[in-house]
Amino acid sequence: MNLPTFLGGVHPPEGKALTENKAIEILRPEDSREFIYPLSQHIGAPCSPVVNKGDRVLAGQKIADTEAFVSAPIFSSVSGVVKDIAPRMTIAGSVDPCIIIQSDGKYEKAPSLLAQMYSGHKPKVADYVKMIRAAGIVGMGGACFPTHVKLSPPAGRVIKWVIVNAAECEPYLSCDNRLMIESPDEIIRGLGYALEIFPEAQGVIAIENNKPEAIRIMTERNKSSRIKIMPHTVKYPQGAEKMLIWSVTGQEIPEVPALPADVGCIILNTRTTWQICRTIEKGEPVTERVISVTGDAVNEPKNLQVPLGISVRELVNACGGFKEEPLKLIAGGPMMGLAMRSVDVPVVKGTSGILALTSRLAYIAEESACIRCGKCIESCPMHLEPTLLDHAVRRRDYATFEAHGGLNCIECGSCAYSCPASRHLTQSYKNGKAHVMAEKRKAAAAAKAKQEAKN
Amino acid sequence: MSTKFVVSASPHVHSDFTTRNIMGMVILALLPAGVTGVYFLGLRSLAVIAACIIACVLSEWAWQKLTHAKSTLSDLSAVVTGLLLAYNLPPTIPLWMAVCGSIFAIIIVKQFYGGIGCNIVNPALAARAMMLISWPTAMTTWTINGISGATPLAAMKAGSQVNISLWNMFAGNMAGCIGETSSLLLILGGLYLIWEEVISWRIPVVYILTTAILASLFNHGGSALPLHESLTGGLLIGAFFMATDYTTSPMTAKGQYIYAFGCGLLTALIRTWGGYPEGVSFSILIMNVAVPLIDMHTEPRVLGAPKSNFFKRVHKEGAK
Repeated sequence: MNLPTFLGGVHPPEGKALTENKAIEILRPEDSREFIYPLSQHIGAPCSPVVNKGDRVLAGQKIADTEAFVSAPIFSSVSGVVKDIAPRMTIAGSVDPCIIIQSDGKYEKAPSLLAQMYSGHKPKVADYVKMIRAAGIVGMGGACFPTHVKLSPPAGRVIKWVIVNAAECEPYLSCDNRLMIESPDEIIRGLGYALEIFPEAQGVIAIENNKPEAIRIMTERNKSSRIKIMPHTVKYPQGAEKMLIWSVTGQEIPEVPALPADVGCIILNTRTTWQICRTIEKGEPVTERVISVTGDAVNEPKNLQVPLGISVRELVNACGGFKEEPLKLIAGGPMMGLAMRSVDVPVVKGTSGILALTSRLAYIAEESACIRCGKCIESCPMHLEPTLLDHAVRRRDYATFEAHGGLNCIECGSCAYSCPASRHLTQSYKNGKAHVMAEKRKAAAAAKAKQEAKN
Repeated sequence: MSTKFVVSASPHVHSDFTTRNIMGMVILALLPAGVTGVYFLGLRSLAVIAACIIACVLSEWAWQKLTHAKSTLSDLSAVVTGLLLAYNLPPTIPLWMAVCGSIFAIIIVKQFYGGIGCNIVNPALAARAMMLISWPTAMTTWTINGISGATPLAAMKAGSQVNISLWNMFAGNMAGCIGETSSLLLILGGLYLIWEEVISWRIPVVYILTTAILASLFNHGGSALPLHESLTGGLLIGAFFMATDYTTSPMTAKGQYIYAFGCGLLTALIRTWGGYPEGVSFSILIMNVAVPLIDMHTEPRVLGAPKSNFFKRVHKEGAK
């Protein structure tokens, strides 16, 4: 059977067997404890607190927001008292401003967004995007791009495809898989609401073929003629935006900074689609998410539905702790996830997995010389020449890096995964991209200053 | 629960493909052909193989000691060089010549250019070429079972009838270099490397087909069949094991087709009209030098880039 896919990519060991058959368990601690909410849980402007120290808050109450368009408000996931507004360590390892709430364990609910905004009625289609902004929905696969921005494409762009990214190509993670098996209707209805916004669009739910149960259930439950369930070849990074658009629609997104909307596509994460349904039907904001807590160092891997702001330590404890000291603790999957410094950091909207790997799986191999084997070129889904870019960055030749398309790197890690010399290729491009972008910002600022001086 | 973890950039997992096990698989693929070589050509061959490997490994060790460089002996690449060089020598070669060739391969061809991954031509082939020019008689004296004789290719070149059965060519019972005679085992070794995804089918298949077809078209050796062309001389070992050397072959699929076709064309030309009966070593060496040029002009189109962008980019590069 020839399923749609893309050119390039790798087949890392899947590791999904640890959690794919574990039903989602709800974890809601009922004693008083601290919940921490970083003010920036999304791409775009950070939020400012709208509560003060000492205020009593309810579960689902907005605690931070901003006027900026590219941003998303933050909600308390528990009822309790605002204990402090102070810097705390976040999952990325940086210390950022956070709101700290001491919970009372009661999860007393704030009035729903529907009650607040439309006195309990269902919103009109024209109000969907406003609702989605008000509920703080972001891409919950990890990138955390605000969903209302995605759903407001630039003028002149006709959206032809709305694709639910249920590929879940990252090894080990199975939270999207479980969500499809356990609440397929919400996902289908959520996509239905997105399609109402774009009357000309075709809906696609793209699933990798290693989730036969999810494919079966979704196909069974789907009654809409506008929605197609589309199985895909199992290959990493099938779920990367550009790869998915290519295999679903056959279109290539032009080079950066082009967006999916430029080829008439919008891609939504599985949990995000589920959340759209809950928000529009019940007025629920983003307060919880499903996380795969897994890895060979975890005693009892599980899929947990947890309130945001909960400490990662609680998640690990709920899974019976570590059976062995992990070498690395990773937020997300092993290919693109962030290595964490500590377990005492809060879960945020984009945390799709907590992965504890022992040194057997997550060793850092010593780099050796590139032997020009070409494995990185074969595996690069963007069709770049990783080894060439790596050499350019290491000799600080950023012009060559940019000229050979370095900015198009999606940091999927396929090249570094396949490199026999264990070269830290992805790290190299991260550095290269950061440097080029910083130079560009500097140049833009200088040009602006010059222009202003002229005026 | 520990509070300290290792922090590093993603990805956090790695395939178990390493330089060392790639080289290990190459050695494994080469071994059967060497064993047959020793069986048909005599124990002297074993001494040549041992001399080359030991000299290569010692040269690399000594160079890295002298230059205070990190030792790369454990990647086994020096062993592969030694093995390949020995396979390309006649069994009667004086051992001191084999040692000189090994030192030349490792020190001058490999280490002078920066060691593994940086050499511009294949070390074993460059050493063989150097030896062929320096000691032409010793390098072209063939004996089998105590009787000296011409290789099939030299006979074809001279226009005389080749009187070795295809089966003997296939099995390796003919005059020739230590490792190049047994077609069957070289093909099996090559298929093993393709199966393990160490090499791709592109270079060997395109190279062998181009040589076989062109040499027959050029009517090399009167009545030679394409099959004779492919089964004799160093073509198989060259196509499967030398032309596919990562460092000195193009990295993209398109580049590999061009490179392999170039190797095949040159081999057919040299075999037909050149001064040597055999053209594999020189063809590969010449194409090795062309690799940077091929790589520059076969850069893949970045996903989403306009189709013409590649030419513009090459142009921009050139202008700089």
